[in-house]
Parts: sequence; structure tokens; C-alpha cells
Amino acid sequence: MAVKNKENKLIVSVSPHVRDGESVGRIMWSVNLALLPAFIMAVYYFGPRAVYVTGLSILAAVLTEHFFQKGIGRPSTIHDGSAVLTGLLLGLNLPASVPFYIPIAGSFFVITIVKMLFGGLGYNVFNPALMGRAFLLITWPKAMTIWYEPTAKFVGMDATTTATPLGVLKEEGLPKLIQMFGDKSDMYLGMLSGNTAGSLGETSALALLVGALFLMARRYITWHIPVSFLGTVALFAWVFGGEGFFNGDPLIHVLSGGLFLGAFFMATDYVTCPTVRKGQIIFGIGCGAITMLIRLWGGFPEGVMFAVLLMNCFAPLIDRSVKPELFGAVKEQKQ
Amino acid sequence: MSANKKSNLEILKNGLFGENTIFRMAISLCPAIAVTSGMKNGVALGIAVVFVQTMVNMTISMIRGFIHPKIRIPIFMLVIAGYVTIIDMLMSTYARPIYKEIGLYIQIIVAFASIFARAEVFASKNRVWPSMVDGFASGAGFLLAMIVISFFRELLGKGELFGYSIIAGNPLLIMVLPAGGFIVVGLLMGFFNWVDIKFFGGKGASGAG
Repeated sequence: MAVKNKENKLIVSVSPHVRDGESVGRIMWSVNLALLPAFIMAVYYFGPRAVYVTGLSILAAVLTEHFFQKGIGRPSTIHDGSAVLTGLLLGLNLPASVPFYIPIAGSFFVITIVKMLFGGLGYNVFNPALMGRAFLLITWPKAMTIWYEPTAKFVGMDATTTATPLGVLKEEGLPKLIQMFGDKSDMYLGMLSGNTAGSLGETSALALLVGALFLMARRYITWHIPVSFLGTVALFAWVFGGEGFFNGDPLIHVLSGGLFLGAFFMATDYVTCPTVRKGQIIFGIGCGAITMLIRLWGGFPEGVMFAVLLMNCFAPLIDRSVKPELFGAVKEQKQ
Repeated sequence: MSANKKSNLEILKNGLFGENTIFRMAISLCPAIAVTSGMKNGVALGIAVVFVQTMVNMTISMIRGFIHPKIRIPIFMLVIAGYVTIIDMLMSTYARPIYKEIGLYIQIIVAFASIFARAEVFASKNRVWPSMVDGFASGAGFLLAMIVISFFRELLGKGELFGYSIIAGNPLLIMVLPAGGFIVVGLLMGFFNWVDIKFFGGKGASGAG
């Protein structure tokens, strides 16, 4: 295709020729924007510490990326927002109580080892933010599992520690969990609004949903992964979550923990999920199944992180096995 | 029987760096990950491997004229097993505390790919003295890898060296776990490739084979 430009020169280029205004940077900044409601809720419930932890994590991620790329003599790509997004997601994945070195070490590890050593944005095998959380959880297990009770106060930092809803559910059972909130509807309300203990950005299901709907409206993510992910979790919770079969409470498992954050913002990461729609549904189902395996029968109270990371490994395999046939292709004859 | 063309020094250098078991050949990685969470264990296993490798190469080279090619693998196996039994018994008697921790990995030296590889590639084709040098060099390369890996893993993962506290504070627990082992081995492999390409004009690990 030949295009005439202002200088009246003939420019010959390869396809694609028709482009819209989308770019990596625009998408990344939109996702950052979509996480804003969750961040605001985190600040509302956990106070200045939310800003402190998330800010440190973003700062460390951006600086690491910048100096790594300068160090190997490549142009710095921090303006595309992917480092900011990684830092923001990692920060929102941490408890409010963490000491200063945890977000810094996490961001540094993620950007150097998980992202840059694999080739940078677009080449990483695993979701960077989740890998950072996994690294931190394994490295400093104690500091990473101290949960502050949400205070909704901006002063008075003598936060009391408590267990996450899923932790209570695992250790002490459903009656105790309902008792903690008062009654059942209070519990659902608390989980929806984010008035529970947990990582900074994961508690408020509603705020995450708002952000996710924004991304869906702009067609940056599709429904395939989140719906199949959440659906599988609900199904597992309903079938296996209660006494005996088929009388579990799916809502508790769907609303609690990092599921909304994981399903809408982590599992849908372009780089680490399958690109074919059918594959995305398989990916979501796999994520949901592993999450519930860990939540119900595993050693950890929460399994979204490991589920998404494990399915990340399978993304290329899934893509290969559901590759759509080319239009007009002739089927191979069976011998 | 190919004539020995390399000098002893070249063989030594080859075993230590050029065909380093861990960093260049990437074989025998299982013990490299499993044992190197502490320097004491890493060094002990490394020394055991140096002993077994040297003696196996010597023995194979001495009897290389009598081994029928079709049954050479069982013969290698028997020879290796003999020396592993010797070092196993020695360590269980004279190095009891270490043996209690890594005894299993001492016995598993029988199945080390690196020892088979040197017996097959070098000892069965060369004279006794060069074979011994090659065995020692290859074992020393393994020992060197063990020292370097366990140095970083123990220092970062426990803040200790040989069990003595060096740095206070919160160590990186992941480094003593297998995941940390793989990260350290991977980074060191990259570092050795970088040194090779940058300073010796090599081609990196792909050029080693």
C-alpha cells in the first residue's frame, strides 16, 4: 500500500495500514485509571498507609525499570504506564501493615527478574504483580499475613490486627465468620464495600467492579476470563463449599479474598493469558478450579494468586490447542 | 583411542570453566539445588564428587581396554557405585553431622549425569593420568559451582556463612527454598555466559557443547 504524505513522498509500508488511536500506553493508563476506585476505597478504609505502601511500590517499580533499561542501553519505557501498573497492582495486593522494604523489594524483584530478564513488556511468562506477591509471601511469610482491621479513619494509626474473612472461614468456620459481621446481609455488604480485612485493593468488590466495567465498556477486556473464572468459583463453592454437597454459599467465595482483583485485573493481563476466546474460557475455568482447590482443601486460605500464576504457565499450551482453523484451510487427511 | 592432545592445564581449565558441570553443561542440577541451601553441605558434596570423579576416571581409564562397548554402561555403573560406597562409608564415620543432612545426596552420586559423562566422553578414550586430571577438573568445577551457589543462597537466605551469622535482619527466605535455588543458578549461569562472551570471546553456553 502506498500513502502520500505531506512532503509528497511515496511511502511504501507493510500491513497493518489502518490504525486507530490505541497504543500500549493508552491501554495501560486506562487500566491504571480503572484501578482508581479500588485505590480510593483502600485509602478510605486503611488510611495513609495505603498511599504509603502503594506509592513506594509504584516508585520502586518505575525507578527499577528506568535504571535497568538505561543500564542495558535501551530506551526507557516508563512512560507507557506498564511499570506504574505493575507497581500499583502489587501495592494493592499487599496488606496495609507491611514494612517499607516489602513493596520496594517486591517491585525490584518483579521488574528485574520477572519482567526484564524475560525480555520486557510483552515477553513475560507470568503476571508480574502476582509473581511479586508470591515472592514476598514466600520470602517474608509473617509480615505478609498481618492484616489490619479497616478503620475508615485517617488519624490514629494504632490499627488492630485481625484475620481475613477467608482465613476465618478456613480456621473457624462459617458461623464464626457471620458472627464477626453481625448477620449474613451485613457480611455481604461488608465484602461488597470493602469493609473487611485483606490486601489493600482486594477488599472492595464493588469498586473493582466499577473499574472492570469501565475497561469492558472500552473493550480493553472481554467477559470471557472473568465470567468463567467467577462462575467456576461459584460452582465449586456451591457444590463443595458447605456441609455435604450442593448447599455451599457461593457468594462468600465470590465476594471475598482477591477474586475480583484477580479475575478482572490479573487474569485478563494481555501478555499472560490466551488470546483465543475459547482458550480464555478454558483459562478462566482452570483459574477458578485451582483457586477453589486451594481455598477448600489446600494449605493457604486464599488461592487466586497461585491459580492465576499456574494457569499463566499453561496459556501458550491452551492457545496452541484451541488454535482456530484458517478460513478455507483443508483438513489434514487421517492416515 | 584418540591421542591426548590437550595439556593438563587446558584440561583443568576446561573442567573448571569451559565445560563446567552446572554453569555450562547444566547437568546434575538436582543436587545443585537441593544441597546448596548452606555452604557446609554444598562444599561437602562437592568434595565427595571430586573424589568419586577422579577415582572413577582413573579406574575406567585403566580398564578401558577390557570393557566391551556394549556393556560399558553397567561397568561404569559398578565402578561408580564402588567409589560412592567408599565415600559414603567414610563420611558416615568421620563426618557424621553433615552426613545426617546430605547422606541421601552422597548415595545419589551414583546417578550423577556429570560422572557418567566424563567417564564416557573422556576416561574411556584417554590415558590414565590425563583422565585423572580431567576427573579432578570436572569435580572441581562442580565444587566451584557448589561454593558459589551456596555462598549466595546461605548469605541471602539465612544471613549466615558456614553457620556463622554474618548479617542481621530479615533474610530472604525464598533463597533457601528450591525456587531461590533456581533463581540463583539461572542468574549465575547468565553471569558466566556474560563473562565468557565479554572477556574471552566465547559464544556463551550454546558454544560449550
